[in-house]
Amino acid sequence: MMARARLEPVPVLAEEPKGARTAMVGLAGALCGMMSIRCSSASAGQLASLMLGGDAAENPSMIADALGELCNMVAGNFKAKISNLADHCMLSVPTVISGEDYSLQTSSPAEIFQIPLTYLGELLWVSLTVHE
Amino acid sequence: MKKLKVLIVDDSSVMRKIVERSLRQAGLDLGEVLEASNGAEGLVEVQKGAWDLILSDINMPAMDGLEFLKNLSGLECAKGVPVVMITTEGSEARVVEALSAGARGYIRKPFTPEQVKERVAPLLGGVL
Repeated sequence: MMARARLEPVPVLAEEPKGARTAMVGLAGALCGMMSIRCSSASAGQLASLMLGGDAAENPSMIADALGELCNMVAGNFKAKISNLADHCMLSVPTVISGEDYSLQTSSPAEIFQIPLTYLGELLWVSLTVHE
Repeated sequence: MKKLKVLIVDDSSVMRKIVERSLRQAGLDLGEVLEASNGAEGLVEVQKGAWDLILSDINMPAMDGLEFLKNLSGLECAKGVPVVMITTEGSEARVVEALSAGARGYIRKPFTPEQVKERVAPLLGGVL
């Protein structure tokens, strides 16, 4: 809505999320986990440009901030739509990672829900990690 | 027509720009637009002059939006200035708390310029 971009869902993919930009927002309280958005640098730049105007795509700081804010909004709206979560689950401030060579490990068993989407022909993953 | 003086309080520089853009797209004739990255900075800016509108996030470091609202109520220079909260916060309790603390409206992210206009226009005395 804020980027006025339409992302299309794709069938479940066997591949793991990839891309050089990852935004994460932590959830704590009635639900503990993390919401993340991962995409390519090009996609992140395009989204930032749509949200902020033309030259945002050239500014790494603005790209990171835009992607973090998108993740914040996805997490916030998810929380608002789940009964009992809105009042009993807090969100962290967004964190954005630049780069592809990393792996995430959780300290406790967790379920991961991944939604692959396409935007301008590229894949973007929205993932929800829920700790038991 | 008088240009509006607006203060935008949000810890995200991206969101501050989006809010300003949305206000302009909603048809507001903006004069001075100042920004603050948390409630404490917002209180400093508020005391610098006469404001027509303040928009504030809730979840911010240093001083959150609710604390900012509560402190605003004690400032003579902020009396009568409409404050609208713009936030992802979905808690009904927080909404009620913000309205009880003096917020005149509440916009949930994501939002469109049209939604901003709907919330803000009635507070500006027919400027739009």
